Amino acid sequence: MSTKTALTAAYIAGTVAAALSAGTLATTTAAQAQEKEKCYGVSMAGKNDCAAGPGTTCAGTSKVDYQGNAWTYVDAGTCTTMELPGERMGSLEPLDRDLPS
Amino acid sequence: MRSTHDLVAANASTAYDDAFGSVLLDPERATPRGVTGPHGKAADKRFNVYRNNVTHSLVTALTEIFPAVARILGEENFRMIARDFLRAHPPRSRLVFEYGHDFADFLAGFAPIRHLKYLPDVARLERAWLDAYHAADRTPLTADDLGALPPEALATALFTPHPAARLVSSDYAVYTIFIAHREGPMPERINAGIAEAALVTRPSLNVEVRRLDRGQFLFLKTLSQGAPLQNAAGLALESQPDFDLQAAIALTIESGAFEGCRAGNDIDEKD
Amino acid sequence: MAREFAIHSANQNRLPAFTPAGRAGASFKPQHFDAIAAEPTSVGFVEVHAENYMGAGGPPHAALTEIRNMLPVSLHGVCMSIGGMNPLDPEHLARFAGLVERYEPFRVSEHLAWSTHDDVFFNDLLPLPYTDETLARVCEHIDQVQEAIGGPILLENPSTYVLFSESVWKETDFLREIVKRTGCGLLLDINNVFVSATNHGFSATGYLADFPLEHVGEIHLAGHDEQEDDEGAPLLIDSHDRPVADPVWSLYETVIKACGPIDTLVEWDSEVPDWPVLRSEAIAAERILDRYRGHQQDVKRHALHS
Repeated sequence: MSTKTALTAAYIAGTVAAALSAGTLATTTAAQAQEKEKCYGVSMAGKNDCAAGPGTTCAGTSKVDYQGNAWTYVDAGTCTTMELPGERMGSLEPLDRDLPS
Repeated sequence: MRSTHDLVAANASTAYDDAFGSVLLDPERATPRGVTGPHGKAADKRFNVYRNNVTHSLVTALTEIFPAVARILGEENFRMIARDFLRAHPPRSRLVFEYGHDFADFLAGFAPIRHLKYLPDVARLERAWLDAYHAADRTPLTADDLGALPPEALATALFTPHPAARLVSSDYAVYTIFIAHREGPMPERINAGIAEAALVTRPSLNVEVRRLDRGQFLFLKTLSQGAPLQNAAGLALESQPDFDLQAAIALTIESGAFEGCRAGNDIDEKD
Repeated sequence: MAREFAIHSANQNRLPAFTPAGRAGASFKPQHFDAIAAEPTSVGFVEVHAENYMGAGGPPHAALTEIRNMLPVSLHGVCMSIGGMNPLDPEHLARFAGLVERYEPFRVSEHLAWSTHDDVFFNDLLPLPYTDETLARVCEHIDQVQEAIGGPILLENPSTYVLFSESVWKETDFLREIVKRTGCGLLLDINNVFVSATNHGFSATGYLADFPLEHVGEIHLAGHDEQEDDEGAPLLIDSHDRPVADPVWSLYETVIKACGPIDTLVEWDSEVPDWPVLRSEAIAAERILDRYRGHQQDVKRHALHS
């Protein structure tokens, strides 16, 4: 069946009518009435405020060292549980693995 | 190393923001001249409070905007990468919730995580989530709206995207990874190599994220670019022979991806 | 006349015309919405950071709309960059004015600070030197803001960690001159006074004695962190992440005793606790306000003496 013959105006109209009358469309009004409870109480992501950072004065001044083996031993994240077939596993790599030696 | 002192113009009071601005994000640069403690005391640690405030507040903003990426990398790693990012790409908008639109591209070009190929697309989906959260409030297209078009106009009907709607497609399992890290539960293993697309909408107040198959993605993308329904259906069917148009139309309504529809002009039959 | 800084909107009576009626307020955080909605009378007013409501729509506006129908709302801008040498951003100014129009806050305030320079936004309240030139610039910016919103703002005294060798004005004189030139009022942040006084080795009560208290329309209280400067001396950080410190409460009582009740807000911006904790801080402020209610003083006669 070619796409062209399948998608006649009549076919489109019939399919739209079927979609709208199938009774499978989720009714959103009831769900929306309950939504505010779920969404209001959530702390905003990315806020403007007028607080100074916590006491440490290192975040703004230290440099990052991606060299060496430090990263291979940092096992905090979940990237090791993600598989990419045919690729290296997801653990973090020290930068020098990716540089020509 | 270039001294910052030469940046301070002769008329110093016009240059305090130049002097601060040029060194706040660069720990290698000296405290600006003319910045002191009381009675002329040294002010390096004092000035570093500002460096810390800027860096800490923006890194924290990025952890809030990209919580799944932060979980995947581990918070400590994420904060290091976020710090590099903000030094290279400080915010241009004063609205913190607008920060990080270029974070995904930065991650894609960041050598130590180059092998985490799915990560930039997860960041794109998280950024799309926050766009949807703050998008304009509009009532989405309803079944009645679509049903009100004359049947003969449906093939050429045009759809206006809802302001909250975002589409993200990936060569990797972007939806599965996003859901596992933001809503849970976290599966033991995720095959990240499966291509997925996601639709982000906010029909009312809650942001909704759905996984799309290839045909649905092309259908919605084509519609949202202003093409008639018939063309969108045709493209979807070409890319995915078992594309279910009826289900895709239902999805179009249910998801709130569109704000309105109207009868279009007749399609030019070029071929 | 002191403390008359109401904004008169063209759309009067569209929203309830609340005022704090002498009660203390607290920062509004979305996670406290349910607790506040369950008992709106638990606090006299709330204050929001304007920028967090500058998105087009969504839950922030929905929540603020409901809050505004329950309580007086004060709008506190945190990144107008009034203290910067760059011109104000017209787009930001328009968004700010739009919020004033939409929510009819009973009060609008901003900071004597800057945060954006050459299009880079630093997301911090950065200090400025106090010179004739910066004075003129700040006044020009305040004029623009007040023109855009059709009414006066309160300008907040900063907390600072450094000084500028080129400053020629005392901060209190600088603020007094701004009031004189622009007609704005002042937001007195007493935690900021204590933080700056400690950091720069001056007397907080001396600063308050010099402060033009007759122009104060609102007081802020907040918690601070303690670190050390380059020479091991105490360096306080305006962290807004804990309860108000005892010496700040003492300074606050001194001011209220001299001036009578002034609308007071407790700020808490990071490590935000559950609502009852923040509310108890507001109640503590209210107890001090109650103690001096009906004893409104003429601040010109009863000025603070250091």
